[in-house]
Amino acid sequence: MTKKQEMTQKQTNKTLQNPILKWIDDRLPIIGLLQREYIDYPTPRNVNYFWSFGAIATIMLLVMIVTGLVLAMQYTAHVDLAFSSVQRIMRDVNYGWLLRTIHMNGASMFFLAVYIHLYRGMYYGSYKKPRELLWILGVVIFLLMMATAFTGYVLPWGQMSYWAATVITNLFSAIPIIGEQVVAFLWGGFSVDNPTLNRFFVLHFLLPFVILAVVFLHIAALHVTGSNNPDGIDVKSARDTLPFHPYITSKDSLAILVFAIGYAMVVFYAPNFLNHPDNAIPANPLSTPEHIVPEWYFLPFYAILRAIPNKLLGVLGLFGGVAILFFLPFLDRSKIRSCRYRPLYRWLLWLFVIDTMFLGWLGSKPAEEPYILWARLGTVYYFGFFLVLTPLISLIERPAKLPASISEPVLKTSDHPRDS
Amino acid sequence: MVEAKIGGIESENNQGKSGQGKSGQGKHDQGKAEEHQASERREFLGLLAGATGAVGAAAFSWPLIDSLNPAKDVLALASLEVNLESLEEGQSITVKWRGRPVFIRHRTQEETKQAEETDWKKLRDPQSDSQRVKNPQYIVVVGICTHLGCVPLGQKEVAQRGEYGGWFCPCHGSHYDESGRARKGPAPLNLAVPPYEFIKDATIRIG
Amino acid sequence: MKKNTRVIKNALIIASCIVLLLTILPIKSNAASETSPLEKQSWPFKGILGHFDKTSLRRGYEVYTQVCAACHGMRFLHYRDLRELGYSKAQVVALAALNEVEDGPNDEGEYYSRLALPSDIFISPFPNDAAARVANNNVLPPDLSLMVAEKAAQGGADFIYALMIGYKEAPEGSELKEGLYYNTAFKGQEIAMPPPLFEDIIDFSDGTEASIQQMGFDVAQFLAWAADPSLEQRKRIGLRVIIFLGIFLIIAIMYKRRVWTRAHS
Repeated sequence: MTKKQEMTQKQTNKTLQNPILKWIDDRLPIIGLLQREYIDYPTPRNVNYFWSFGAIATIMLLVMIVTGLVLAMQYTAHVDLAFSSVQRIMRDVNYGWLLRTIHMNGASMFFLAVYIHLYRGMYYGSYKKPRELLWILGVVIFLLMMATAFTGYVLPWGQMSYWAATVITNLFSAIPIIGEQVVAFLWGGFSVDNPTLNRFFVLHFLLPFVILAVVFLHIAALHVTGSNNPDGIDVKSARDTLPFHPYITSKDSLAILVFAIGYAMVVFYAPNFLNHPDNAIPANPLSTPEHIVPEWYFLPFYAILRAIPNKLLGVLGLFGGVAILFFLPFLDRSKIRSCRYRPLYRWLLWLFVIDTMFLGWLGSKPAEEPYILWARLGTVYYFGFFLVLTPLISLIERPAKLPASISEPVLKTSDHPRDS
Repeated sequence: MVEAKIGGIESENNQGKSGQGKSGQGKHDQGKAEEHQASERREFLGLLAGATGAVGAAAFSWPLIDSLNPAKDVLALASLEVNLESLEEGQSITVKWRGRPVFIRHRTQEETKQAEETDWKKLRDPQSDSQRVKNPQYIVVVGICTHLGCVPLGQKEVAQRGEYGGWFCPCHGSHYDESGRARKGPAPLNLAVPPYEFIKDATIRIG
Repeated sequence: MKKNTRVIKNALIIASCIVLLLTILPIKSNAASETSPLEKQSWPFKGILGHFDKTSLRRGYEVYTQVCAACHGMRFLHYRDLRELGYSKAQVVALAALNEVEDGPNDEGEYYSRLALPSDIFISPFPNDAAARVANNNVLPPDLSLMVAEKAAQGGADFIYALMIGYKEAPEGSELKEGLYYNTAFKGQEIAMPPPLFEDIIDFSDGTEASIQQMGFDVAQFLAWAADPSLEQRKRIGLRVIIFLGIFLIIAIMYKRRVWTRAHS
């Protein structure tokens, strides 16, 4: 701890009015920590609403954990009882239908928030020095979320649950030589069955708490470097920042509420919109549904899998599509963070956003022409963007002039610089 | 280096915060009153927003809590029919109703007489025998000690029936009489009588 | 004023992002069905304040017990659930008691049959799936509890109704396989279920004329209720939640603007 920090801590401590809080803080400086990190935390004054998606994602994680906890108290992880225990939740448990629809659609809303959060990080260069580790922790959260969502999707034990479990676990059979053994290990048997369901339930219960822990690290790392901002330039003076409370808290609350209204509309008026109807049929290991599709948030990666005709390469493509995000901070050589000042890269990034959505759409289509060809083109751009365009673009791109400071354009004209 | 930088900003920022009112004053001479009014309104709106949030959080917590209350299927658990024809005088049976033991005893005439003649007004939970039975031959009670929920003895062996010839709870030594009334020990109340009715001469439906 | 427009602009950006993602991403893989587009019925349970028509539900239950239940079970429904159709407690007991269920073992260790109670699930027409197949030309009549949810992609209740009224004479020249029936609503126009409804096949207890359309409409609504019994409660609570969030949002907008005026000065 530097001397300066020590001083700030003492200062905060002194300002504590409430004697009980002061008493606690003298012994465990947690109140001062909260005060520093969530009230005084200096945030760039030009952050826009895309910065609220971190807060939204945090809220979603908490909503998922509390609803998941009470649902777990009613759920039975057994192949003979899982489906009917979910029906019991929907029909007999007080407000069970509400908690389950919140939880089930919450997964989609959580991914929606995280995807926007992720695109925001890419657009404004939030992964660049000194925030590389912050970004990597974020990708770890993303991976854990995928594992959690997948194991959770299996629990209702409908047809889509069962076949999702079968197909996804079979991805590991692509591993040379030991693939079959690995899959049998994952299943705990010769097919997806009771041992599989049981362990998936345990993992689905455990992983959210792991996510919570990594979220803490993610936030801790954020508070070391401070938040990035739409201009992507460093904070230079106190004029560039505003205290977290009440400025960012009021802004985030507003964004959270807008998001919550959208969420409520889905939960109450279209609860099955994102749900596959085949999951209303109990799991049947003897017949696969005609069209099996993963949940929308896996579709881009699913499209990559199907675009590659070789089994092993397809699986590597699927995992590589996620894993490549880890390397983004080291692939991008440009010193300029924000795409606002990167006239060329900005368009390539927008094309990338459209490409992932396009791949997502293709993932929901049957595996036939012309979708396979399109998926191949989409996959080429996906990896080309990361491996070729991102490293090379900085060689030819002439960045626009950066503002002298964050506060300069804000305070001078009180108008936002245009984003596009 | 970064850390030191942030630390610097933070302390500057704190100063900035306290100095903000001053700079506002500097800009507008008559600004002080306005600023005061504005800050009052801001605080009111902050409180209002916080209170609304608290109401919302409380409303959201209700479904979470209520989901742990007994569900519809639990509440609707079947009522139970018991045929007592084969239950001879002096014998007891235990049946399970809503997951709890229900004691049914076919009392001997002597036991019935004793239960009826007890001076019930002086008991800790005063109830006459006739208030507790539908047919004086049969006593039907929930077999859960009113002290802390153990299952009393006395269904199988007469020797375990305690000092008052009814039931005896071994956990903390509560004694019940032939009518299931608490007579000795820590139990504050008589054994509960479940809702039941005789649908035939010797058949009851509990629940 | 500039701040005003910025708030609106930012809100619009967020709103359009959500709308965009919600419309682009969850594209349903609707299997291109060769069936003619369904006639949409005006179901009372559609819309923001949708609710079930209880008289229709009760008629639908009559159709189910007197016709469908000969082959199809509904294993996620209990007789007690019929209270939601507007039957009294005593009526539910009586309706349940029209059926016999297996129970046991009793004190003698034997299984016995007794009258069904409100707490029992709807009786199943067959003791198990294998028996159901044997009795039905080797085709399993599916459970109907969640049929409307299963058929959501084909139109849900509209599909059930279309199926009920969709039995027609096979057009000239087309050959039906043994044991299949021509139905305009079903995929491939061939269905293993024989036509279940005929004019006046049942007598509705409320005296409504039992036309095929009427029975089809009522049973489709009954199955919609069975698949989603919390619909009315959900929509009612949903409206309140959204109104509450809307008011909260207005407060939050006022607070945020009030706070940020200081940042811009």
